[in-house]
Amino acid sequence: MIGTLAPEVDSRRERMPDLAHSPTEVAGIVPLPSVPDRDHALRPQIDDPILEIDRLSLWYGEKKALKEISLQIPPKKITAFIGPSGCGKSTLLRCVNRLNDLVDSVRTEGDIRFEGESIYDPNLDINRLRKRIGMVFQKSNPFPKSIYENVAYGARIQGIKKKADLDEIVERSLLRAALWEEVKDRLDESALGMSGGQQQRLCIARAIAVEPEVILLDEPCSALDPIATARIEELMQDLKDQYTQVIVTHNMQQASRVSDYTAFLYLGELIEYGDTGRLFINPMKKQTEDYITGRFG
Amino acid sequence: MLGDSFTALCGGALALNLLLVVGILALLAWNGGRYFWQRDLTELTMKDGSKILGEVWETEKRPTEGPRAGVDRLRLKTGNRDLAGLDFAWIDRRDIASISTPPKALLLERLEYGNFYGSIREIHVGGQVAARGAEASWRAFGPLHEKKRVEQRGVEKLEKGEIGEINAAIEALRLEKKKLDLAALPAAEKALRAAALDQDLAEREADYQKLADRLSAMRAALESDTVVLEAVDGATKEIPLSSVVHAIRPNAMSGLAKSGLYVQRIWSFITDDPRESNTEGGIFPSIFGTVMMVFLMSFAVVPLGVLAALYLREYAKQGPLVRMVRIAVNNLAGVPSIVFGVFGLGFFVYLIGGSIDRIFYPESLPAPTFGTGGILWAALTLALLTVPVVIVAAEEGLAAVPRIVREGSLALGATKFETLWRVVLPAAAPGILTGMILAMARAAGEVAPLMIVGMVKLAPALPVDGHAPFVHFERKFMHLGFHIYDVGFQSPNIEATTPLVFATALLLIIVVTIMNLSAIALRNHLRKKYAGSAV
Repeated sequence: MIGTLAPEVDSRRERMPDLAHSPTEVAGIVPLPSVPDRDHALRPQIDDPILEIDRLSLWYGEKKALKEISLQIPPKKITAFIGPSGCGKSTLLRCVNRLNDLVDSVRTEGDIRFEGESIYDPNLDINRLRKRIGMVFQKSNPFPKSIYENVAYGARIQGIKKKADLDEIVERSLLRAALWEEVKDRLDESALGMSGGQQQRLCIARAIAVEPEVILLDEPCSALDPIATARIEELMQDLKDQYTQVIVTHNMQQASRVSDYTAFLYLGELIEYGDTGRLFINPMKKQTEDYITGRFG
Repeated sequence: MLGDSFTALCGGALALNLLLVVGILALLAWNGGRYFWQRDLTELTMKDGSKILGEVWETEKRPTEGPRAGVDRLRLKTGNRDLAGLDFAWIDRRDIASISTPPKALLLERLEYGNFYGSIREIHVGGQVAARGAEASWRAFGPLHEKKRVEQRGVEKLEKGEIGEINAAIEALRLEKKKLDLAALPAAEKALRAAALDQDLAEREADYQKLADRLSAMRAALESDTVVLEAVDGATKEIPLSSVVHAIRPNAMSGLAKSGLYVQRIWSFITDDPRESNTEGGIFPSIFGTVMMVFLMSFAVVPLGVLAALYLREYAKQGPLVRMVRIAVNNLAGVPSIVFGVFGLGFFVYLIGGSIDRIFYPESLPAPTFGTGGILWAALTLALLTVPVVIVAAEEGLAAVPRIVREGSLALGATKFETLWRVVLPAAAPGILTGMILAMARAAGEVAPLMIVGMVKLAPALPVDGHAPFVHFERKFMHLGFHIYDVGFQSPNIEATTPLVFATALLLIIVVTIMNLSAIALRNHLRKKYAGSAV
């Protein structure tokens, strides 16, 4: 698939960073004096980002897991975070919907803005934030309930009680997740009886059901076989028209196949971020090149 | 090689355990079950010419030293306690001249004084001799007895029904009057109301008198018909016909008839009230008391334990304090149960029950209502005793719900409470039910603490009846565990009741098993519903 992207690379390159221009200035926010120019060079110019990660650092107790990460995520595109295990890509993803808050020892500095508003704003309703930023996990985690109840869960949380409304939401979400045909006759069966790939698509349907704006996917295919993986990737392309997707993957082929933008993280640092085609064909940093060519990782 | 031996050792240990359990059950079933089987009546003619009629319960070698050591002897249930004073007799085999099983030997099961063995000499109806001689009397007995049983049931119905109601009403009016005395009202109004109450009371008492007269007339009618019984040694006894429960000629009964009798006896053992200070009759009040107490306990212990476990596992910050609480909870499970009994008496009965009495039932004081042992206090005491089991099991159930499932719920915008309520608790429900099953099993077998918080040898009424408010939490109750102790070791007629110990123990095990099986069925249903959950 890299091949098919190749002809575009040049044209994209032309859009490539206007290097002197800080992305945060675009959003009308004070420039970041501490970020060296070198790093700016490694960031694409993104107009009107839906998510802005701004010098985010994170500590697990004493250990600094994320080091001043700044990047912007464009709306209705797929952005991939890649990097070797332990590089902090999942941690970074889990910062976006503040799931890291659940871990006692976590401390963060810096900011993440979602549609211009800080997610760390003390007035922000964290449950509302999580409704707008859905998540699909590495291991499929359907609730021990029926297929129907799994998809209807978010709607029920929001107080929708009418059976007709719930039916409609369930059907629409399962259709959108390309699962409807497979499960429409067994909606009342336990979700735990489905195959791994189906469970993962159910989790996507469940996330879609609450109509989020962003879907975070944390290595969604790591436990799936290639066919199930292909179906998820296909589904991600289908969902692009409506949702911003951020995917964490340690599978570089997957990142290059599905994503529009790719960020490479290493040891808690953002090494390089850019247009997927460009990053894979023409990495600007040695570490990126070493990683994507399989010299380490 | 060593591994093989170890496997064999493990298997052997398991086999031994199973053998013990099966052995206990078999012992209980054999000794308890045998009790209900009607043996033949054996007539012994002694060498001195006297006769004895009874059921042979066992044969053994005489254990004592002396000239008669090692002689075979029989233990005979001879009944006729009102004539002989004893139910059992030991007979040396060498004193016996002949043994026979006369087909016409009669067994009467009676409401008082236990069984009678012998024959009917006469039947008197209204003071006149209606039948004379063993055969004629036996033929006349059947239909007459049936009639008397119906009358007897009528008397019981009147006593428990209408008279019971009027008594309750009179008691209520009396309390009303006392309440009025205590109330702060103007004297004139007090007098007015007291007069109204007095009038009401007088009416009720007149009603009661009428019923009481009717009752004594019925009783007199019942007792006017009598049977004259004759033992094999010629002694006679006249008893009211109505006090006979059953009359049978066991030696003439077929195997099928005996089997029918066997089933019928087991049924009445399970469903009847006890008689003769628990040595005869059934044990229904004990079964009822045990089951109801265990249910009340479950209703108290499950919410208490689950909420505590939720706080410990889900809300409390894990640290040394929580660890200490956990250790304390586990240790609580090791406190001797009588300590809980003492605590229940001091806290529930005297403190809470006493306060309830002062606030809500001042008119019945000094007679306590809740300020004395009762089924509610017993259930709560046992709930305290078993709460550690539920906390530990519920904590394990909660811990087994994977973090990723909770995160899945939170990531959909659910609050922590919604996640707990809608995802975690249902998934942990089987584990929680396991805790409940363990708690129920423990509670059903517990006797010591109950002896001081409301369990009694003989309760006058069930905790549930037809009088408002229908469920009487303050009432004392009977319990199978205590019944075993009472029947086996406190009974005035221990020889007769020993088999009842086995039968009651078996029944207690069956009751506990049934309760556990229902809880397990519920758990399996939940497991199926939430298929795949870990616990």
